[in-house]
Amino acid sequence: MADSSANAGLKLESMKVVEGSYALAHAVMCCSPDVVSAYPITPQTHIVEHLSQFVADGLMPSEFITVDSEFSALSALVGSSVAGARCYSATTSQGLALMFEVLYNVSGMRLPVVMTVANRALSAPLSIWNDHQDSMGVRDSGWIQLYAESVQEAVDLTPIAYKIAEDEDILTPAMVCMDGFILTHVYEPVQLLDLETVNEFLPPYTPKIVLDPKNPKTFGAFVDPSMFTEYRYMQCQAQNKALSAIERADREFSEIFGRSYGGLLEVYGGDDAEVMLIAMGSVSGTIKDTIDELRSDGVKVGLTRIRSFRPFPVEAIRKAVADAHVIAVIEKDVTVGNDGALVSEIKAALYNSKVGIPVIGFAVGLGGRDVTVADVKRAVAKALAAKDGRMDHEFEFLSLREELL
Amino acid sequence: MKLSLGAMAEPGSTRVTKTGAWRTFVPQLDHAACIKCSLCEIYCPEACIHQVDGLFVPDLDYCKGCGVCANECPRKAIEMILEEK
Repeated sequence: MADSSANAGLKLESMKVVEGSYALAHAVMCCSPDVVSAYPITPQTHIVEHLSQFVADGLMPSEFITVDSEFSALSALVGSSVAGARCYSATTSQGLALMFEVLYNVSGMRLPVVMTVANRALSAPLSIWNDHQDSMGVRDSGWIQLYAESVQEAVDLTPIAYKIAEDEDILTPAMVCMDGFILTHVYEPVQLLDLETVNEFLPPYTPKIVLDPKNPKTFGAFVDPSMFTEYRYMQCQAQNKALSAIERADREFSEIFGRSYGGLLEVYGGDDAEVMLIAMGSVSGTIKDTIDELRSDGVKVGLTRIRSFRPFPVEAIRKAVADAHVIAVIEKDVTVGNDGALVSEIKAALYNSKVGIPVIGFAVGLGGRDVTVADVKRAVAKALAAKDGRMDHEFEFLSLREELL
Repeated sequence: MKLSLGAMAEPGSTRVTKTGAWRTFVPQLDHAACIKCSLCEIYCPEACIHQVDGLFVPDLDYCKGCGVCANECPRKAIEMILEEK
């Protein structure tokens, strides 16, 4: 579950027990997208089915474009977005991989599309279950990436993502990443959003320049080597501006809805943490439970939960881990040929800083394997050993089943 | 000039931005041998060969030096010459 400040905005009597995908689709409906285009793929399918149903039932006045593939889904949104529409899509895994080329077009053309990624492993071997290898694989595509811990947070991040993406100083597409099955298919109490309050938080999308046959323009034009660098630079600047916009959007959301998640990251467990765990997404719930257990045994453990992976909040991370003695990154991906993407970036973030503590990383939950309290305790034990100068591995597969190898 | 967000361009941008700078070879026309069949003008993929005072002349602001005109000329009156800049 979310932390206490997130829970503060929840009123039990008005919460509903719904499936994560329904709650998410309902949140999308409340954001009033003009155009939805998505291709069904497990475990994202229910989101798209619910949206399709909302449109068919007349609850949602959006244009729902059915397409032959994820490539077409996102391409349809490129055209819709330059025509001035607020656009939404959802995908996962192989579908996200098929969108790869279009992802760069959307971000390079500065189109504020919002997309839910129901995180799932990439084939081969074929797996329909959760990990973060799909969204981490498109890390460099120029999209903002926000990771949700709970269904409620994925719901709340949807209007927040639009608010950040459509900010005229940012104009950058955003992915809301929610763990496939773990969040998309779970039934839990959720405070559903409502159209009126979302409208209060999220102003209508009014782009300054749109595709118009009466005033034709070229969008995403050819650029020769004398200017390409500057276009990428402008995208990086926009992502830098998103750092403060994410914090601001979290505050504004909290003022209206009463729920706050901490902006770029959430720190859990207290200021005195010697072992600082770092993670993203739903595994943070298990980690928090483990921290509560370990704390009652006197082990000073904390969690820095990264909510924004792009932009990567370097300064906020340095601040969050400043007093820790060791860092253990627990991540649901592996960069085959090196270590995990998150641990690499954490180490890079700390290298030119005053923080000079050991950093170790663990790949967990790949292809949907459950991550248990015992797993997290194992990571903490290894972190404590590393703190005392016994670092067996900088990066390893946690709870590897060596009997199968 | 300031860059537009998302590489947005007004139509007709090549009126301002000349596109002939990539050229390696430049067509040289032998007007004495020319029979004015206009095949070079018709086949030019850039449509940048024009009749000027009755003679066919390539517009070097846009000519890419592809050599289609020289290839099509029935009198071999066009020669592609290495352009030295």
